[in-house]
Amino acid sequence: MNITSAKYVEDDFNIKIIKATINGQEMFVPINAEGNRHWQAIQEWVAEGNTIAEAD
Amino acid sequence: MSNARKLADNLPTEGQLSGRNVIINGEFAISQRGTSFTNIGSGGGGTSGYDDTWTMDRFLISQGLSAGRCSVEQSSDTPDGFSKSLKISTTTADTSIGASEYHRLQTKFEGLDLQRFAKGTSSAKEYTLSFYCKANAAATYAVELYDIDNQRTVSKLFNVTTNWTRVILIFPADTTGAFDNNNLLSMELNWWMHTGSTYGGGTLQTTWGGIVQANRAAGIDSIFDSTARTFFITGCQLELGPQSSPFEHEQHSVTLAKCHRYYARMYYGSNAENAGYSNSYGDYFPTPVPMRATPTAALNGTFAQYPGGSSVTPTINATGGTGHANGHQTFIRPYVSGNSYNYLEGVINVDSEL
Repeated sequence: MNITSAKYVEDDFNIKIIKATINGQEMFVPINAEGNRHWQAIQEWVAEGNTIAEAD
Repeated sequence: MSNARKLADNLPTEGQLSGRNVIINGEFAISQRGTSFTNIGSGGGGTSGYDDTWTMDRFLISQGLSAGRCSVEQSSDTPDGFSKSLKISTTTADTSIGASEYHRLQTKFEGLDLQRFAKGTSSAKEYTLSFYCKANAAATYAVELYDIDNQRTVSKLFNVTTNWTRVILIFPADTTGAFDNNNLLSMELNWWMHTGSTYGGGTLQTTWGGIVQANRAAGIDSIFDSTARTFFITGCQLELGPQSSPFEHEQHSVTLAKCHRYYARMYYGSNAENAGYSNSYGDYFPTPVPMRATPTAALNGTFAQYPGGSSVTPTINATGGTGHANGHQTFIRPYVSGNSYNYLEGVINVDSEL
């Protein structure tokens, strides 16, 4: 997968997800979701030295 | 031939009589993402040089490093008794094949659906794969079962002709390496149609063994050798035991529900539930069926908020997902930061593909 951006987003209920651009499409990726391939790809992207931006 | 003989020849020798096919959408009736996919291989579905593009439900094209390009469409050219097929058309040829190039049609399985094969036990069973295919010209390609859990593979060559032909391939049992009994990826089924020496430079591995890259697709032709190349396939069935049974057609609604475990394109329309909060929230909507894992969500086009009907870009939370054998419901909920609306509507894609 080609990840070009990733940022945490948190709502009023303190539910945190990642808003990411993957393969040119904006996606909302759940955190710590075992078996979710986008979450797994973001973990690998971070391991390569990239950073998930903090929420506003 | 007597009717009794015909019946006996078509009965499976292992397992149950219905629900035999572990491949979902093997007759390509379901195509939630669209019916035509172009310029596959250009990198749109992956990192530079690699492209995993989902096409008809549960099937993707996995391509790496090749300059070849193709399109995929849901075709009405089928053998008798089928209404749809998957058609691959080469649009850019690649006759200078680099070592690590590959192009394959692929579907994936979670371990929960593979336990019937008793892999890794003394009573392990054989696998019988059958499918109908045709092409613009004769060619030889390979099919591979790839056990992800134990990094073991087995492959078989098959011939495609210019007429619809049913291919039947019997793969041996494997007493080594059990499939994990969970909702994660355990096996890939790959139709290899182009590769270089990295995956095709050895001798085809026709019995189960530890993965040897060069033995995965040895001896195949290339679908990228000409822009005239096409490949049609339908009626894909992978079943227990050494006997192929007739393709098990199922009701459209049944196949669609199976596909929804992995991907759904769902209409969302909801009043706001924002009393007491600074932002606007829609109601939790359940996905059509409990999904395999907590899904990724994406907007499909624009959302509209009412009154007024102006465009808005909500954030989508997804919760739930099976995560275990018994499963539980999966929900999605959009919210709009710092905004107030009475009603929100649009289309959301939820994705928990393997």
